[in-house]
Order: sequence, then C-alpha cells, then structure tokens
Amino acid sequence: MRTLEQTTQEVLDLASKHFNVPEGSLAPEDDFFKKLGIDSLQTLEMLSRLENHFGIELPDYEVQGVSDFRTLASRIQSRL
Amino acid sequence: MLDLSKYQSIGAALKDALEEFSKEVCLIEADREREKERLTYLEFKERAQPLAKALQDAGFVAGDRASIIMTNQSKWLISAYAVFFAGGVLVPLDYKLTPDEQWQLLKHSGAKVLITEYPIWRQLNVAEGRSATTIVRTVLVTEAPKNADLGGAQRWEEFRGRGEPSFVPRARRDVACIVYSSGTGGRPKGCMMTHENYLEQCVALTSIYPFAPGVRYLSILPTNHAIDFMVGFFGPFICGAAVVHLRTLRPEYVREAFSKYRITYVSLVPLVLKNLQKGLQVRFDELSSGKRTVFNAIIAVNKALTKNRPRLGLSRRLLKQVHEPFGGELRTIIVGGAFTEPQTLQFFYDLGIPVANGYGLTEAGTAITVNDLKPFRADTVGKPLPGMEVRIVNPAADGIGEVTVRSKTIMSGYLNEPELTAETIVDGWLMTGDLGRFDAAGHLQLFGRKKNMIVTEEGKNIYPEDIESVFESLPVKEFCVFAANYIWPQRSMVGEQLLLALHLEPGQTYLEELRRDISARNSKLLNYKRIHGVVLFDQDFPRTASLKIKRNALAEQLAKLDRATAFLPL
Repeated sequence: MRTLEQTTQEVLDLASKHFNVPEGSLAPEDDFFKKLGIDSLQTLEMLSRLENHFGIELPDYEVQGVSDFRTLASRIQSRL
Repeated sequence: MLDLSKYQSIGAALKDALEEFSKEVCLIEADREREKERLTYLEFKERAQPLAKALQDAGFVAGDRASIIMTNQSKWLISAYAVFFAGGVLVPLDYKLTPDEQWQLLKHSGAKVLITEYPIWRQLNVAEGRSATTIVRTVLVTEAPKNADLGGAQRWEEFRGRGEPSFVPRARRDVACIVYSSGTGGRPKGCMMTHENYLEQCVALTSIYPFAPGVRYLSILPTNHAIDFMVGFFGPFICGAAVVHLRTLRPEYVREAFSKYRITYVSLVPLVLKNLQKGLQVRFDELSSGKRTVFNAIIAVNKALTKNRPRLGLSRRLLKQVHEPFGGELRTIIVGGAFTEPQTLQFFYDLGIPVANGYGLTEAGTAITVNDLKPFRADTVGKPLPGMEVRIVNPAADGIGEVTVRSKTIMSGYLNEPELTAETIVDGWLMTGDLGRFDAAGHLQLFGRKKNMIVTEEGKNIYPEDIESVFESLPVKEFCVFAANYIWPQRSMVGEQLLLALHLEPGQTYLEELRRDISARNSKLLNYKRIHGVVLFDQDFPRTASLKIKRNALAEQLAKLDRATAFLPL
C-alpha cells in the first residue's frame, strides 16, 4: 500500500509527464490550473491518466473544487 | 409534439407527454462504458409518481419550493417532474457551487425540500453554511452507500408513497422555477420563471430546432442551467424524444457517446466546443500533404454546396471521416452560456456540422436570438426567436446601444428584490446590459457589456462584488473588484478579466509580499472566479452616506487610467 507521500509524488510525476513540464518543477501545494495553465477539460484528461495509473475510478464529483496536487492525491489515496 | 397553447403548466404538459409517448425511450443513463439505465416514458412515470405521492404525504403543497442539487442524471428529471406534478416550485441549483454557497441559496429560495446525491450531501452536511437558517425540512439523498450516516436525510430510493398522487394544477402566471442566474455574494439573483415563460420558450425553440421520437439529446450542460433544462428536459419530453445522460464527462466517454447513442443534438459551452475544434485540427494537421490537399478540396466543395443552408446528408457523405466519430446523426451542436468566437463557428459549419449559436439570458427565459442557419452566419448571434421583440436603446452614432427584450418568456422578477426587478424590467422591457446592433439582414451583433460582470467561456456569470469577501482584511486602505471591460469598454465579447482596484495606505508600496497575499487569497476562489490583475488607485474611493463604495463613480475615475500601464497582472 502506498503512503500519501508516495501517491502525491506519483501524481506530480505523472502530471509533469502528461503536460511536458520538467520533472521536479511541480510541488504538492501547487495550483494545477495556474501552474500548468490548464482548463477544466484538460484536468479531466489528466484524471483519466491518473485512473489508469492507479487502477481506480475517480468520479468527477470527487475532484469538484480541487485545484492543488496534494488534495487531488488525498482523494486518490482514499480510493486505493 | 404536444400543442402547448392548450396547457397551463409544465407539469400538465409533461403529464400528458408521459401518456402520449409511453412506449418511447425518454432517458438513457451511462456511467463510463456501462449503460446504467434506459427508461421509457411509462417507466419514467412509474418512477416519478411514488415520489410525488411521498412528497404530498410529507405535506408538500402547491407553491412549496423544492431544490435539486445534482449532476445530470435520470433522477434529476424524475425528481423535477414529481415536484411539478405536486404543484411545487423547482429551485435547480448549481452542483458546482461550494456547499456554503448552496446553503445560502437554499435559504434565500425558501426551499422546504432538498433533493441531492450522496457525494454532494456528504459535503453539505458538514459545511459551516448548514447553520444558515433554512426551512429545509426534507432532504432526499440518492445513491447513498448502505451504512452511510445520512445526517437526518432520507434515501431517495426509499422515499415512495403508496397509491396515486393527486395532480396539482398550476396557472400560467404561477412561478415554476426559481433559477439563480449568478451571484451568491451579497445579492443572490433568483429569477422567478413562470410556467408561461417555459411554455412559450419551448414553442419558439422547437419551431427552429424540432424534437421528435427517435431524436436523442446528449445532456452535458448542467441541467440547472436554463439551456439544458429547456433542451435537455422540457423540450424533448413534450416531443417524445430521448435524453442521454453521462455520469462522467471525461472527453473520451463524451466522444464515445456520440456514436454509441447516435446523438442528434448536444449543447455545449464555448470552451468545450473550442476543445473539440482543437482535437479535430490536430487530426487534420497529422494528414500527409497529399491527403490534406484532397481533404481541403472536399471542404471547399462542402462550403460551396452549403452556402445558403445546411445540407446534412450531403455533408455527411462528403466528409464521412469527420462525421462518423459524431455518430452520423448529429444535426446541430447548440452552443450557449457565453460568447463563441466566429472562427470556431465557421470551422464547424465548413465541416458540415451546424452550430446553433444564439444569445440569451436566464432572465429572458433562455434564448432571445438564434441563428436559423438560413443562411449560416458566424459573425452574429442570429435573429430574434418568434415572439421576441428586441430593441436597441440609446444607440451611439455607430448604432450600438443596449439590447432590450420584451416577450412572454421574460421572468416575472427577481425573488425578494423588487428594486432590482424594477431596474431590470422597465415598462415590460428587459434591460439586458449587453451592447448590440442589428445589421441590415436583421441579425443581432453583440459588442460587449454595459454591466459590471464577466461571462467565462464555461458559461459562468461572475459578478465582481460576489468575490470580494476573500480579500477582506487585506492590508490596504481599501479595495474593490471590477470587470476590466466595465472600466475600459473594449466593444468585444472576448478577453474578459477581473481586476482588483487597490488604494494603498499612505506611504505603502505594492510589494511582492502584498502580491503574494493577494495571490494566495485568489487561489481560494474557484478557478473561474479568480482575478487576473491589480490596478493601483491613489485616491479615496467615492462612497455613499452609508459608506458603501460608489462603484459606478469609482469605475469612471479608474477609466481615466491607461489600461495598458495600470493593469498589473498577478
């Protein structure tokens, strides 16, 4: 079982890869809308990638209002 | 389609529609690749009636208000019908608002019943805003896990009355829905929409975009939104068409739904339409140069053949590879909620996919103008719908003035706001606050807003005053939030931004620490409500005797600053 820290790191790594930003440039508290300059649709695409990676289903409502990586990781963690 | 002139209320029309089209499919609900539910009109009725009976047994009577806070799904429509059947007033709220905002609107609307889904209720139940004094007495929660603590709520699935409910008739002038057009700050704007508003709007819209049995509408815009309520519920139902709901709106499942369910109509906000355009453009760019040349030639042929009107069959044959992913049955994409750039509209039309672009306001009962596609025009928002009188008042030399509207679809007023209503509806004319002009062909063109608000590409109306609370106690002398185009009108419908006007303390300078403080507070707002920059102002803000900021006067003073240098991006 992953720890929340591990999950958070994997979320950050995956987001860096998906949006082509240098590894290590994203931090858990970053606002992904701002930091990655993405809109809500691109966020949904990122969620699909995360679901595949973690092997979970994350309903859209779980990420409603979430804008930072740490909270996103904790929502994923609760479904692992 | 039912003859709506015979009906007094939404409930009465829907009731007859369920009989008339009893064997037709009315709802399909899918969750990812799984189809969860497929209901005929008869089955829909069988689901809704026990709910209506239970509501009546719980003391719900004519004129009582019931709110729905749910993502798009069959239970939304079933619940809404039960409320109308029992003579209730529906208060559809945005499930994307924060729980505190939802409680605030529940209080403001005077809802006695709340119908919501478990994940939303889980948040509402623990929100600070729950302490707001509401009169919500019955809370129904869908899809709650077996052993979940419902905090006093009841399970929607078990809230079923025995026996026949009695249909409660309503009059055309009675309020059918209270729809919050925007604003959850100091002044929520609850539009009181009458049964007549919906009946008349439905007749007007379906005269241009008809529904019928076999037609399938993909419901993506939230159903609390005026557009989806009309074209994703009332419109298709009174014509015997079907509505398709998706429980997840991930692009890959939305794409799949078009072909899987052979969708006829879909409504989108401009942001999603632009995203679709981007996806298609990437595909086109990947074509080899030879294929690209052939493809461009086919588009040119399609353009020439559809110059005067859409020819769907022909376009589908010519551009098969483009139309197939859309299921091959798509007639029109309806776009609304915000301004759509002409280039995007033209892109789709050239591919043989007409986009019904229009202009509307919740206050006007959804749509005021719609492009009738005869011929297609990307540079306008179309002509007034049947029954709509549209007038431009106080036009400038170039003919641009405020758009005003009179019709049977105009709301009866804002709930508990007689003064605001009187400012907005003058002698029966709705003052839209939007600037426009008619061209020689009778098409309306829009040129920005007169009012202090912005509309995002996702169709969200943002009133600056509603987001000031996060900046309270900011270490400055005073501050005020504005729509940048309200201060410096651009005569443009794009590039709308919010700004924070700051008056610093004597001797204070705008340092990085303050910028960071503003930025941190800003990030607490939902992303579409965030400010984009700061404007420094070195005089006291004009205020009323009760010390409220005179926004108009301050805006006039700020307008004297040069936007290019005064606007400091965050």
